[in-house]
Amino acid sequence: MDLSFLAIQALNGLSSASSLFITACGLTLVFGVTRIVNFAHGSLYMIGAYTAATLVPRLLELSFGPVTFWAGILASAIVVGLIGVLIEVLLLRRIYGAPELFQLLATFGVVLVVQDVTILIFGPEDILGPRAPGLRAPVEIFGRRFPSYELVLIAAGPVVLGLVWLLLRKTRFGVLVRAATQDREMIAALGVNQALLFTGTLFLGAFLAGLGGALQIPRVSAHAGMDLSIIAEAFVVTVVGGMGSVPGAFLAALVIGQLQAFGILIFPKSTLVVVFLLMAIVLAVRPYGFFGRPEVIGGAHAVGIASRERSPFATLAVIAVIGILAALPLIGDAYVLKVATEILIFALFAFSLQILIGVGGLVSFGHAAFFGLGAYGAALAVKWLAFPMETALPAGLLLAALGAALIGAFVVRLSGIYLAMMTLAAAQIVFAVAFQWVDVTGGDNGIVGVWPSTWASGPTTYYFFTLALTAAVIVLLMRIIDAPLGYALRAARDSTARAEAIGLYIRRHRWLAFTISGAAAGLAGGIYAFSRGSVDPTLLGIPTSVDALTMLLIGGIQTVTGPLVGAGVLHVLRDQIMPLTSLWRLVLGLSIIAIVLVFPRGIVGTIRNWREERT
Amino acid sequence: MTLLSVQHLSKSFGGVTAARDVSFTLERGEMLAIIGPNGAGKSTVFNMVGGQLRPDRGAVLLDGQNITAASPQKRFRLGVGRTFQVAQTFLSMSVAENVQMALIGSRRESEALWSPARTRYRDDAVALLEQVGMAGMADHPCSALAYGDVKRVELAIALAGQPKLLLMDEPTAGMAARERADLMDLTASIAGAKGIGVLFTEHDMDVVFGHAERVIVLVRGRILATGAPEDIRQDPEVRRAYLGDEHALERPKGLSPT
Amino acid sequence: MSEPLLEIWNLTASYGRAQVLFGLTFQLRQGEVMALVGRNGAGKTTTLKSIMGLVPATAQKASFKGHSLSHLPTYRIARLGLGYVPEDRRIFTDLTVEENLEAGRKAAGAGRSPWTPERLFRLFPNLAEMRGRRGNQMSGGEQQMLAIARTLMGNPDAILLDEPSEGIAPVIVQMMAQAIRAMKAEGVAVLLSEQNWAFAASISDRAIVIERGEMRFEGSMAELIADERLRAETLGV
Repeated sequence: MDLSFLAIQALNGLSSASSLFITACGLTLVFGVTRIVNFAHGSLYMIGAYTAATLVPRLLELSFGPVTFWAGILASAIVVGLIGVLIEVLLLRRIYGAPELFQLLATFGVVLVVQDVTILIFGPEDILGPRAPGLRAPVEIFGRRFPSYELVLIAAGPVVLGLVWLLLRKTRFGVLVRAATQDREMIAALGVNQALLFTGTLFLGAFLAGLGGALQIPRVSAHAGMDLSIIAEAFVVTVVGGMGSVPGAFLAALVIGQLQAFGILIFPKSTLVVVFLLMAIVLAVRPYGFFGRPEVIGGAHAVGIASRERSPFATLAVIAVIGILAALPLIGDAYVLKVATEILIFALFAFSLQILIGVGGLVSFGHAAFFGLGAYGAALAVKWLAFPMETALPAGLLLAALGAALIGAFVVRLSGIYLAMMTLAAAQIVFAVAFQWVDVTGGDNGIVGVWPSTWASGPTTYYFFTLALTAAVIVLLMRIIDAPLGYALRAARDSTARAEAIGLYIRRHRWLAFTISGAAAGLAGGIYAFSRGSVDPTLLGIPTSVDALTMLLIGGIQTVTGPLVGAGVLHVLRDQIMPLTSLWRLVLGLSIIAIVLVFPRGIVGTIRNWREERT
Repeated sequence: MTLLSVQHLSKSFGGVTAARDVSFTLERGEMLAIIGPNGAGKSTVFNMVGGQLRPDRGAVLLDGQNITAASPQKRFRLGVGRTFQVAQTFLSMSVAENVQMALIGSRRESEALWSPARTRYRDDAVALLEQVGMAGMADHPCSALAYGDVKRVELAIALAGQPKLLLMDEPTAGMAARERADLMDLTASIAGAKGIGVLFTEHDMDVVFGHAERVIVLVRGRILATGAPEDIRQDPEVRRAYLGDEHALERPKGLSPT
Repeated sequence: MSEPLLEIWNLTASYGRAQVLFGLTFQLRQGEVMALVGRNGAGKTTTLKSIMGLVPATAQKASFKGHSLSHLPTYRIARLGLGYVPEDRRIFTDLTVEENLEAGRKAAGAGRSPWTPERLFRLFPNLAEMRGRRGNQMSGGEQQMLAIARTLMGNPDAILLDEPSEGIAPVIVQMMAQAIRAMKAEGVAVLLSEQNWAFAASISDRAIVIERGEMRFEGSMAELIADERLRAETLGV
C-alpha cells in the first residue's frame, strides 16, 4: 500500500463525498424549512438518474459536445425539481402539521409509488448513461490513472455549497427560508406567502436530489433500488451533520466519503456497517449531530394512548376474541390457518411496536431489526447448534432482547426525528451484517430448513401454538401498558421535565421498554421463521419496519387494540390484491398516503371517535 | 439546621456569566422570592438549585447534605418538589393518576410491570388533591382542566414527594390576578403547616410583595440586595436597576390616559 | 370621528368543541390605541389570532380597510396592512437583528414614509447597538422590541399587539409605552391585549373588556377607569 494509492483512495472519497453532499444538502434544506424528513428524497435522486440516462443520450445524438451533456444534466435536475413541486403541492402541504410518524410514512408511501411508476416508465432494465464528452480520458495523478470526471465531481460539491450559502445569506429568499426554518406561522403573519416559499424550497431540494442523481450516470447505471440505498446514506449525512444544517451536511459528507474510501480497506465487505457505526458514535456523543440543535417539541409529538374509562366488557371482549380465534380451525382450511397464523405473528410484531410508539412516543423506525434478530436467532440456533424449536425460539427471543438492549442503550438519549433516524440506522447495521456475513448467515439466500418440532408441525397445531404464544404475550404487554412502567413511559412522553421532577429515570424506563418490545418482536420473528421454514435478510429490511408502522397506522396509534386490527387488515388486503396486479407497491403506497390524509386516527380511532360523537 | 444553603454559586455559558458568587439561605416554613430583570440569572440560579444545571463553582446544601451534583430525580427523593413556569403535568392521564404517578415515583415503583398504576395509592392521591381543593376533579382528564386548576394539580404533584423544599418558577405566570393571590395563599398555608421552605421567582410584584417574607434581587448574575419586601421596595439601587419608575407598579386610581 | 379601520362583528371561535369567543363586536379606528383587557383565559390571544386567521373562527363581518378578512389566509391579511406581534414574540433567533427586520419588510402604501431599519433604530436605540447580533443572544425585552420593529417594517396601518409587557422588567415596559405612543403619532392604530392593567390604562384611548369570551365593556378608557365595580368584577383590579 503506497502513498499514491492512498492519495487515489482519498480522491475517491472526495468524489463520493461531493455526490453525497449535493443530494443530502437538498434533504437537509427541505427538512429545515418543512420539518419533514422526506423519505422520497432518494426516489427523486433515482428519477434524476433515470431521466438523465434517458435524456442525455438523445440530446447527444442531436448535438454532441460537453455543453449538450451538461445542459442535459441540468435539464434532468430541473425536471426532478418540478416533480418535487408536485409532491409538495399534492402531499406535503397537507401534512405539515401532522405527527412526524405520519410524515415519514406518507413520504415512504411516495417511495413505494415511485418504485412502481419508475419501472412502468423506464422499464425494469438498468440504464447505463453516456460518458461525459471531453472528460473521457483519465488524468494521471502520482503515476496512477484517475477518471477526470471524478475530478469534476470533487469540485461540484464545494461549488454547490458556495452557491447555496450565497442563496441563504445574501438573498431575501434565503432570509425567509431561514426564518421559516424556525417559525412558519410567524412568517405568514408577516405577510409572506409561505406556500410559495415551501414550494420554492421543495423545488430547490428536489433539484439538488435530481442533480445528485443525474451526475451519477457516467459512473453507475440507473437502477431500481438506488432510492433506498442513497436515502439511507443521505439520512446518515444529514443526521451526523445536524438536521437542517447545510455546512454540517458538507462536513459529514466529507467524513463519510473518506470513511467509505478507507473503510473498504479494513472491512472489505461492510462499508455500510462502518458508516452507520459512525452515525451511532456521533449521535452518542452529540445527540443533535455536528451543527444541529435540539428540536422544539411541538404538540404534534404528543399523540398516543391516553387514560380512558374501562369498559366493563373489556375482559369479556378479550376472552371472546380468543375464543373465536380458537374456534377458527373448525371452519377454516389449511390455507386460512396459514394466513391466520401470519396475521397473529404480525399482530404481535405490531403490538410490540405500539409500546414504543403509542405508549412511549418513541418513533422507532427500525423495528424490523428485532423481528429479524428473533428470526435469525432461532434459525442460527437450529443451523449451528442443532437446537429444536423449543429451545431455538427462546434463543431467538434472547438475541432480539440483547439486540434491543444494546440499540436501546444508544437511542434512549435521543428524541423525535433523531431517534427515528438512529433506530433506522441500527436496523440497517443489523441488515448489513445479515446480508454480508455470508459464512454464518447465508447472506442473500438466508437460512433454510428451520422447521418446527414434529408435534407442532401440522398447520392446525402450529396455529394453536402461535395463538397461545401471541395471546399470552399480548395480554402480558397490555398489563405492562397499564402497570407503572407503561404509565411512566407515558409520563415521559407527556412531560420530560415533570417526569424527572417526580423521580423517574426516563432513559432507564425507555431502555427497559426497548428491551421488552424487542423481546416481543423477537418472539414474533422466531415464530415466523418456523412457520416459513426459512429466514432471509428482507425480514430485517426497511420495508418490514414500514409494514409494522403501517399496521399501527391502519389500526390507529392512539388505541391499544389498533395494531391488532391493523395487522389483520393489511395482511388480508395484501393477500387479496397481490394476485391481481403486479403494482402492489403502488397500491400500498397510495393506501398509506390516503390513510394519513383521510383517517389519521386509524380504523379503531375513527370508529371510537364516531361512537363518541354520537353519544 | 438551615434547610437550604446556597454557597458561592457561579455559572457561565460560553463566556457570558449568568450567575456569579450567589449565596443565600432558606429556613423551614419560609417564603423566599428571587426577583430581577430578564436575563438577570434567576432561572440559572433556580435550575442549579433544582438540579437541571450543574454550577461551575459553589455548592448547594439541603439540610446540610451536599446536593450540588445530584440529579433532579435524586433531589426529588431527598425532598425537593418543584413547579414550572408553564405548568408541567401529564395531559394523557386523569388528575388523580397524575398525583398517583408522583407517589409511585417517590416509592420507586415506576418499573413495576404487573398490577395497574391506577389502583396504586389512589386514596393518598385523593387526599393530596383535597389539600389543594381539587379532589372533586380527581377523575377528570388533566387535559380538560382550566389553567388555574392545572397549577393546583401541579402543586399537589409537587407535594406528593413530601418535600422539605418547594421550588416554584414563576408560580403565577399566566393566571388572573385573583387566582394568583389564591394560589399563593394556598401555598403559604400548606408550607406553613408542614414547615416547607418555598423558593420562588416571580415577575408579578403584587405576588412578591404580598407573599414573600424575604426577597433577593438579582441583577446581571449578582445579588444586588436581600431583605424584607418593604426594604427592597425602598432600596434606591433596586429601584434604579429593576423597578424603574415606581408608578409603573402602582395601580392607577382615576388616572387619566395620556 | 374617523372611519373604522378594522371592523369586527359577532366574532366567535372554538377549540374543538369548546367555544372560547362568543360574539365579539368592535371597531378600531385610525391612529387610536385600544386596549383589549380581561383575565387570563378570557380569550384575548384567541381574539387577535382569529383576526389574523391563525385560528379557525367565524364572524358576521370582519373587514380591514373595507376588505373582507373572511377566508383569507394569514399572509393575505398581513399584506392588507395588519401587523401582528404575538405574545411570545417569536423573533427568528437564528437570524440577526437586521435579517429579522428584512423578514418583516413589505412595501409601504402610497403617500407614507416607509419604516426603515434606521428609523426603527432611532425608536429602539438598544437595537441599533446590536444589528449583527442573533436573536438568541438577546434578552426578553430586546426581543420584544425587535418583534415590534419587525412588524413595523411591514408598514402596517394597524398592529395587533399581544401582551407586550408579559415577562418584561418594568424599565422596559416603560420603553414599550413610548414605542406605542410613537406608533400612534405615525397614525398607526394599535389593538393592545394586556394583562398589566397599569400599563394598558396609561396608554390606551379606548378599551374593551372581555370575560370568558364575551364582551363586558366597550368605551373610553377614562370610563373604564371610573367604573371600579366592573374592573373589580372582570379584571380583579
